[in-house]
Amino acid sequence: MRREGSPFQGMSTVFVKELADHISSVRMLMLQLLIVFTALAALYEAINSLRQNTAEDPFLLLRLFTIDQAPLPSFVAILGFLIPLMAIGLGFDAVNGEHNRRTLSRILAQPIYRDALLMGKFLAALATIGISLAALWLLVIGLGLIFLGVPPGSEEVARSLVFLVVAIFYAGVWLSLAMLLSTVFRSAATAALVSLGIWLFLTILWPMLAPALAQVVAPPDPRYALLGLNDPATTVWAQELLRLSPNDLFEEAMLAVLSPTTRSLGPVFLDQLRGAVIGAPLPFGESVMLAWPQTVGLIAGTIILFVFSYVLFQRQEVRA
Amino acid sequence: MSEQPTETRTPPQVPVIHARGLTRCYGDRAVVDGIDLDIARGEVFGLLGPNGAGKTTTILMMLGLTEISSGEMSVLGFNPAREPLKVKRRVGYLPDAVGFYDQLTATENLAYTGKLMGLARAERARRIEQALWRAGLTEVASKRVATFSRGMRQRLGLAEIIMKRAEIAVLDEPTSGLDPQATQEFLGMIGELKAEGITVLLSSHMLDQVQRICDRVSLFRAGHIVLMGAVPELAVKVLGAGFVVEVEAEGLGLARRLAMIPGVTHVETLSVNRFRMTAERDVRPDAARAVVAVDGSLRRLSVDEPSLEAIYTRYFQDLPAGGARHAA
Repeated sequence: MRREGSPFQGMSTVFVKELADHISSVRMLMLQLLIVFTALAALYEAINSLRQNTAEDPFLLLRLFTIDQAPLPSFVAILGFLIPLMAIGLGFDAVNGEHNRRTLSRILAQPIYRDALLMGKFLAALATIGISLAALWLLVIGLGLIFLGVPPGSEEVARSLVFLVVAIFYAGVWLSLAMLLSTVFRSAATAALVSLGIWLFLTILWPMLAPALAQVVAPPDPRYALLGLNDPATTVWAQELLRLSPNDLFEEAMLAVLSPTTRSLGPVFLDQLRGAVIGAPLPFGESVMLAWPQTVGLIAGTIILFVFSYVLFQRQEVRA
Repeated sequence: MSEQPTETRTPPQVPVIHARGLTRCYGDRAVVDGIDLDIARGEVFGLLGPNGAGKTTTILMMLGLTEISSGEMSVLGFNPAREPLKVKRRVGYLPDAVGFYDQLTATENLAYTGKLMGLARAERARRIEQALWRAGLTEVASKRVATFSRGMRQRLGLAEIIMKRAEIAVLDEPTSGLDPQATQEFLGMIGELKAEGITVLLSSHMLDQVQRICDRVSLFRAGHIVLMGAVPELAVKVLGAGFVVEVEAEGLGLARRLAMIPGVTHVETLSVNRFRMTAERDVRPDAARAVVAVDGSLRRLSVDEPSLEAIYTRYFQDLPAGGARHAA
């Protein structure tokens, strides 16, 4: 027997309320300040370095995103590191916060389904991140215009828009994860600590562990080592393991989209490159195709984690 | 049972809340075990019992907020498990230790739930103003809820029910943790709800309060309803008789005279000229008449109304300790 009514009844109300809460919260302000200042530092370095060696580059604007000037990493790398922090910051107390404030049963006693509450909260947090990323994106384009004086071409704008969309899904993965943990753990502090632990593990430890694990799974053939080469099997394993981290997926997708000369994200044999003009940019569509599997991975991760928290939340007892 | 005029789906004689064999199991443990319940429109019904006896679970099943393992239930003619939105549109719920969004004002908190109820903007504003006025919160309407006392929060919760124009108000431990004055005010507001013909269901372990405002009560123990009815009825059932009248008077053969009053089951002589009568009804007028008849002088005439506390204590006293431990 089907339940009556729409699961989305009241979702827009929850969405608007949560969005207003997020945008006016001190927490969000701090996260935004953190991201804006770090990103500005990276951009400043990038602009400086671009001004000093103005080579012929058809994608000057995109270089703003990707150039890294030691000791600062590139703008995209910084975002890859900080977007999860922002998503966790917005999601870690989504469900248990309502429990602990004892508002959950009162809200669920209104004529809405739980679906509306969870979905509304998720979309509101994602929209908040979307808004700040869009603002950041405009900031980059604006600074590029002011300091480089080169108007962005349509392809550059298109590529950077793809960056924006992928970044939002990347945030979605972390947001889903944080909300899942906020459903699992009744204490917001536990949920925050566990999500931050996972974030640190996946962004810092995993890139070191994955190659080591690959060595164990597929020990490199000594003959390659004698020739001073990497065993392709080991390399492929290392890359596949790395791709379990959303961080890696984001960086690969960004590499494909923002550096138009990228031809492949995996190891290639030399004969596969025969006839290719090394250094020539790929058309926009081809770059997007290159980034597509990674993007799908991020979207799928978002959906799967959200479904887990949805199922858990539906079965959870509302009483405190 | 009140005879309020009503335009809703259920005619007055049909119970607004009806449950048969209602059961909720967690694993193999039944928290609510085969409850039968009929609550009439306009009634104030009390759910009593120790913590963990299944009161809140029963309430949550009523609102479709937790699954019903077996048995049937209808609230205002709707099945709460299958038509929760219809039930929740008509039933107001004030949870135990209700919470609000601290960073929002009283008005904003009500506006949020008002939107969730689907009220249009103008209607919402009107209802919020009215509800806050009735809950005595007009002056603090634009203060943040963070500054509110426990009593004010409870009243805000009640304002939400008033705003909803609920047909049934479900109040879970509404007066626990309130100071005596706040409790009085709150009970007065519950009385107002009843006067409007709203059915009120409240759970509590504040027995004297429950006794004062409830038409009927049910006593929960380990997932069962062990007693149900009006307080005087229960008193007769549990205590043997409802009224204990003490007489202090001089007069010859007064004890025998008192024992002859119809309805008196027992007369005990406490000391010289002091008697304690146990009766099924309030026999004070008859006792006074009896004293006058033997030409005695009446010094004191007092009645102990059947107290729910006495019923409760007696009932749980009589049970084997194992049952009580399970319930706690």
